[in-house]
Amino acid sequence: MSVQSDIAAAATDQRFGLRRTVRLPGPLKLDGGGALAPVDIAYETYGSLNADGSNAILICHALTGDQFVASSHPVTGKPGWWTRAVGPDKPIDPDRHFIICANVLGSCLGSSGPASVDPVIGVPYAMRFPVITIADMVRAQAMLLDHLGVAKLEAVIGGSMGGMQALAWPTIFPDRVRGAIVIASTARHSAQNIAFHEVGRQAIMADPRWRGGNYYADGDAPAAGLAVARMAAHITYLSEAGLTEKFGRRLQGRDSKTFGFDADFQVESYLRHQGISFVERFDANSYLYITRATDYFDLAEDHDGSLALAFGRTRARFCLISFDTDWLYPTRESRNIVHALHAAGREASFVELASPFGHDAFLLEAPEMNRVIDGFLRAGE
Amino acid sequence: MTDTLRPDLALIARHVARGARVLDVGCGDGALMAALRDSAGADVRGLEIDPANVASAVARGLSVVQGDADTDLSYYPDNSFHYAILSQTLQTTRRPDKVVQELLRIGKQAFVSFPNFAHWRGRFSLLFGGRMPVNKILPHLWYDTPNIHHVTIDDFRAMVREHGWKIDGQWFLNGGRETGSTNANLFAEHAVFLLRG
Repeated sequence: MSVQSDIAAAATDQRFGLRRTVRLPGPLKLDGGGALAPVDIAYETYGSLNADGSNAILICHALTGDQFVASSHPVTGKPGWWTRAVGPDKPIDPDRHFIICANVLGSCLGSSGPASVDPVIGVPYAMRFPVITIADMVRAQAMLLDHLGVAKLEAVIGGSMGGMQALAWPTIFPDRVRGAIVIASTARHSAQNIAFHEVGRQAIMADPRWRGGNYYADGDAPAAGLAVARMAAHITYLSEAGLTEKFGRRLQGRDSKTFGFDADFQVESYLRHQGISFVERFDANSYLYITRATDYFDLAEDHDGSLALAFGRTRARFCLISFDTDWLYPTRESRNIVHALHAAGREASFVELASPFGHDAFLLEAPEMNRVIDGFLRAGE
Repeated sequence: MTDTLRPDLALIARHVARGARVLDVGCGDGALMAALRDSAGADVRGLEIDPANVASAVARGLSVVQGDADTDLSYYPDNSFHYAILSQTLQTTRRPDKVVQELLRIGKQAFVSFPNFAHWRGRFSLLFGGRMPVNKILPHLWYDTPNIHHVTIDDFRAMVREHGWKIDGQWFLNGGRETGSTNANLFAEHAVFLLRG
């Protein structure tokens, strides 16, 4: 085939491009027992796979993220969530890389999750959807790569929960990934992490509209509970210094305290806005399932508690990045991973970057992070 | 490649065997690591305390971990490198003896380079000026220096003796050029030792 007809074929290949969805027959065997079939995966691709298939990069999104990494979100209309790192002349560049980003299993932006229709009975799964894990998400991504004809990844990259997937990838598919970039993440959820998630889940389940998860028929979703869950979680994504700098004790649209329970303070108003805007784009049951998946994440668990043993089969190069004000997944979690990688004799880089923005720093302007990602990727190209 | 390196690093680079596994402790922006990778085909890893330096080193494609020589060497397995290198970092560590001990546990051999505090110019300045020396090789004022353990060549040799380590090589530098070992403690600005545990 000529180069031109190759390009023409790629251009018309319905597997590639923005806003793709595929129904894969499965079954996808799950950590919790049982299997899921079929498996829907919503995803986007940018750039094209090169002749030797060596330029594929999988980006894994965070808890409530989505596949719209560098294109506008269909509900909110906002630009992609990681355009600071993905795009022309960015470290992850569609001119150089074939970029894939898929909505995780259990989510609600087109991939199979509790809001999906159970094909057997024709109504949404709701809480009959199986409990899934980070490893299940990774295996679903591998099924998508099979569908796309991607045998091996140049790199898998993710922040936060995406970092958990990036870390798990080389342990599950050691021969399918050459590099892993793990940003603001951890190898296991701590008691504190689980505790915050439990607050969120209880807020949803305490909302009378939740009704055991069966709210899809009348569309009357537990928005208040989900909003509170988001408000609590959102605090963990920021730093105290960041909140102080942004809001301090400033009042919202008033000159004095009202001696009531309106949003007197700017920070209250901000959090309420975060909660309310979140429920427009996210499903409450999905929030339960995905937070559960991260709580169950402990990479060392199946290896007698030894993280070094967990990395025993891996062959990828690793790059870890943390932020000094991130108290959700603090630097010591990344250091812990680095020490285990060294004990396992693996090639690893690690840097803690300074930022006032806490956990969310990886989503914001971070030139040093871009420099590190770029150097790490180019060293493997 | 080694032409542009700092003289003590160039000297170390000349004595690293081809294809060796090397850990550079206090690797800075990775200049020595890059030289060893590019001209000696070495498999090089780095440890560096300053995040901006780590970012620069990773950006040039090197495997560098941010960490502290005083606390983070314990996580490296025994005998996992042919050489561990500590260049111009010894005098900044809290426990130089323990750091060298760790280098010799991790590497089969260790290169250690340091500025010689007993160089005649420093002695002269302290003896006649009565002030802590501030010069080309020790450019910091006493209150903001990273160098918390000033060491002389004779001090270093005494530490090596006391710990029963062996010296496989020693080189001395003055004005960036190699100089003889006679009266090195008085005339050398920098020393490079190759040790074995």
